[in-house]
Amino acid sequence: MSLIKETDYGTPASRSEKTVTLTIDGFTVSVPEGTSVMRASAELGIQIPKLCATDMVDAFGSCRLCLVEIEGRRGTPSSCTTPAEDGMVVHTQTGRLKDLRRGVMELYISDHPLDCLTCAANGDCELQDMAGAVGLRDVRYGYEGDNHVKARDGVGGTNALWMPKDETNPYFTYDPSKCIVCSRCVRACEEVQGTFALTISGRGFGSRVSPGMSEDFLASECVSCGACVQACPTATLTEKSVIEIGQPEHSVVTTCAYCGVGCSFKAEMRGEELVRMVPYKDGEANRGHSCVKGRFAYGYAHHQDRILNPMIRDKVTDPWREVSWDEALSFAASRLRSIQEKHGKEAIGVITSSRCTNEETYLVQKLTRAVFGNNNTDTCARVCHSPTGYGLGQTFGTSAGTQNFDSVEQSDVVLVIGANPTDAHPVFGSRLKKRLRQGAKLIVVDPRRTDLVKSPHIRAAHHLALRPGTNVAVVTALAHVIVTEGLTNEAFIRERCDWDEFQDYAEFVSDPAHSPEAVEALTGVPASEMRKAARLYATDGNGAIYYGLGVTEHSQGSTTVIGIANLAMLTGNIGRPGVGVNPLRGQNNVQGSCDMGSFPHELPGYRHVKGAEVRDIFEKAWGVTISDEPGLRIPNMLDAAVDGSFKGLYCQGEDILQSDPDTKHVAAGLAAMDCVIVHDLFLNETANYAHVFLPGSTFLEKDGTFTNAERRINRVRRVMTPKNGYADWEITQMLANAMGGNWNYSHPSEIMDEIAATTPGFAFVTYDMLEQRGSVQWPCNEKVPDGSPIMHVDGFVRGKGRFIRTDYIATDEKTGPRFPLLLTTGRILSQYNVGAQTRRTSNVLWHGQDVLEIHPHDAETRGIKEGDWVKLASRSGETALRATLTDRVSPGVVYTTFHHPDTQANVVTTDFSDWATNCPEYKVTAVQVSPSNGPTDWQERYGEFAAQSRRIEAAE
Amino acid sequence: MSPDKLAYMANQIANFFRTRPHEEALAGIADHISSFWEPRMRAQFFELLKTDEDKFDPLVREAGTRVRPVSPA
Ligand code: SF4
Ligand code: SF4
Ligand code: SF4
Ligand code: FES
Repeated sequence: MSLIKETDYGTPASRSEKTVTLTIDGFTVSVPEGTSVMRASAELGIQIPKLCATDMVDAFGSCRLCLVEIEGRRGTPSSCTTPAEDGMVVHTQTGRLKDLRRGVMELYISDHPLDCLTCAANGDCELQDMAGAVGLRDVRYGYEGDNHVKARDGVGGTNALWMPKDETNPYFTYDPSKCIVCSRCVRACEEVQGTFALTISGRGFGSRVSPGMSEDFLASECVSCGACVQACPTATLTEKSVIEIGQPEHSVVTTCAYCGVGCSFKAEMRGEELVRMVPYKDGEANRGHSCVKGRFAYGYAHHQDRILNPMIRDKVTDPWREVSWDEALSFAASRLRSIQEKHGKEAIGVITSSRCTNEETYLVQKLTRAVFGNNNTDTCARVCHSPTGYGLGQTFGTSAGTQNFDSVEQSDVVLVIGANPTDAHPVFGSRLKKRLRQGAKLIVVDPRRTDLVKSPHIRAAHHLALRPGTNVAVVTALAHVIVTEGLTNEAFIRERCDWDEFQDYAEFVSDPAHSPEAVEALTGVPASEMRKAARLYATDGNGAIYYGLGVTEHSQGSTTVIGIANLAMLTGNIGRPGVGVNPLRGQNNVQGSCDMGSFPHELPGYRHVKGAEVRDIFEKAWGVTISDEPGLRIPNMLDAAVDGSFKGLYCQGEDILQSDPDTKHVAAGLAAMDCVIVHDLFLNETANYAHVFLPGSTFLEKDGTFTNAERRINRVRRVMTPKNGYADWEITQMLANAMGGNWNYSHPSEIMDEIAATTPGFAFVTYDMLEQRGSVQWPCNEKVPDGSPIMHVDGFVRGKGRFIRTDYIATDEKTGPRFPLLLTTGRILSQYNVGAQTRRTSNVLWHGQDVLEIHPHDAETRGIKEGDWVKLASRSGETALRATLTDRVSPGVVYTTFHHPDTQANVVTTDFSDWATNCPEYKVTAVQVSPSNGPTDWQERYGEFAAQSRRIEAAE
Repeated sequence: MSPDKLAYMANQIANFFRTRPHEEALAGIADHISSFWEPRMRAQFFELLKTDEDKFDPLVREAGTRVRPVSPA
């Protein structure tokens, strides 16, 4: 193992298909037109000295270190800004160049501290490297004159040019005395991240890097993505972990365990200590970028709250007792078996995790199907993207998103519905913003003015700020405009879709009742805006749709997904780069957990359990009989528990008490069970009702794969020994074996082999292949041995695309005199889902608590001021939190996040759910907001109960 | 689960299929319930159809006979 050093080509790659051929230092090289001389020479392996250029950002040409001589040209042009041309003859090292470069370096070094030995960047500093490369041997100027290095001017006064370190960001430090003003950080923030938080203030010798309007980093617009830190060639911007630990000595490529973007990282290590995470340039999902969570928020892995020993207890009112693995597993196994003896085979089940690996999820569903003997398996995707599975399955024939992330670089119009990618899928958000800055048009459909609607150099062409719960009406009205104004792509429809179904659908949407004018009063969206948006999407080139939980988490979630698929088919926006229908999936492996057969009605690969041929495959592989009846979904499990027919649950890596709607109902269900096994890193909220706790491992401690939102299978690699002793797949295997499963996998690659052997979309996937290629997008089999970046290229998976009518049916969750406001929920950048991990990192500096966003008008009529405690009440419960006044939400709408357990926003949400999949209706709850003094009784009682139930008995 | 909730869920499914031709709607509803409802839920569904038919949408009532029966365990 060694430290992976990626080549810095100095300037970004050119996409041109035309090539030019030139000679550099006597070697001939052909490169795409538009490639810089610097990059062409790096392709040859010749590194031209440079400071201000790096290949993550466009060249700027300020340091003048990369000078070259070109035959037939006067002067010494900088190679980073000079495009390679046919027939050019370039010299990178001549006497004149050497002198010039030394002169440049001498000036830089004369205003730079010489504490290299004790500098955090020692060993990883480009300034040091360049001083070496140009042969700098002495510096003729001292610090007597103007400088940025010394706090004092040497004669007793203070040095006005000197600035102290900015340590406000919890993860990196800014030390202005080491800055060479190369502006790489500024360009990274603009071009890669798209936040525009940094500027160069001042001029000439006095110029400095400055966050915002001379603010500190924490107070500025900075979102702490770390792109500037990565770009900085000196120790000016440095990870605090590097300052603390030192430079890493080896690195391992792995995948972020936070969100569905699935960024690739190099975990840079010193022994078993993680020094830093650096996004991997070859990662095809992120292309070298990351967000604050993946790069910095890994501290939870060694947080003191992490539980490292198995624990059991008789009753949930008892304190926990630490026991050996053997004792915990046999306790769990015998409880589960005796439940089955008393209450039947179907009385127990599992919940798989969207945070664990594919291999682990596969084993958990196998546990219930092969060892428990039923199909009671479900996953948290139930509460987020199950409508995607149903809706896209019905229309296209597969639930998968159609594009890879690179596709957005070729989109002309992007329609974002009920998604907030800059917060929830940050790296995709950055890539999208980059495309928008290049001129692609944006339409946002969201009740709230998300950051995307208006951000630096981006403004949505249309923001359809609909009333929560009216998605179907809006999507259908868009289709109405496309059909009645003759904007459909008839050739595409005739060739690719079922023509009769299309005609039926066209007749349905053409009804004036579905026109924008007819639904304006209902949706709150001006008809003219809706018409313009529909025309833009249908006619302005490649139209791509990205949608999120704002679409799925509704009682008509599946219907909206169908409506979205209809829009794409109507306009022919399917089956090539730049277009498509893309669900932005929440958790890192929610795609994978669905693929792996986590749902109670389907075996791995989305095949219904009623199919005898499919059952046969697994019956042979596992040597068991598989039930042909669908099992219970999470809400059904809880209902059955309250009814007394469901008694035991193995829950891996999910916190259903906090993440699922109607907390009181979930609590009642859990409380009614005889054996709840929680397998997690922390004593989460669900564990308050558990009898067995099996400590889990982090993504740093195990091998496996995650599948991201673009169907990309990425490797997760173990970089340290599991602190709890075992990887999660080993623990599931031990539980299975304690119940007579007789499994003997010795490495996750063997589990992947079993998946490939049983699941057609994965037939060609092996760890060897992933080792060679880095990643692959399923389907990957005989037909598409290299995987499938884009789906439905030569026709839909189901054959002909199918249009389905989408009738708007108002949710029964309606506002009235008692509950006049609509609550909608979402998430923010620095926290992740229920926050179990991010709350245990310094990310809390950005989001210490959940707050309620309320329009100033609604606040005023209720006597609520900024920062007040307010009571948020619905038909199912009430909670208290602080309010913030903002016009991001429309009057009549309030908004909050659900990252913190003491807020318990889900005490308020109801148990209405999607008609097809039971996906809960998180996004619409009728509520009332009123002033309050502080936490509600429920919150206080719950807080006490949670503290009680987390007690651990001291080991004897 | 509560009879009201169960009936509510069945009626929600009927709502989606309502705009389809009658035959297709019945088949769609029956297939949906057969494919996604666990036997316990279907047993309760059949029971309720017998005892409290009025809770259900007429389409659900009609589709009820086509829902996959629950085989005795
Ligand atoms: S951390 Fe990211 S957002 Fe913050 S200044 Fe650096 S590049 Fe910009
Ligand atoms: S902080 Fe680093 S990247 Fe930014 S201008 Fe200074 S030296 Fe360059
Ligand atoms: S949280 Fe998502 S966007 Fe951020 S680094 Fe991880 S995978 Fe990438
Ligand atoms: S690297 Fe080319 S001018 Fe700085």
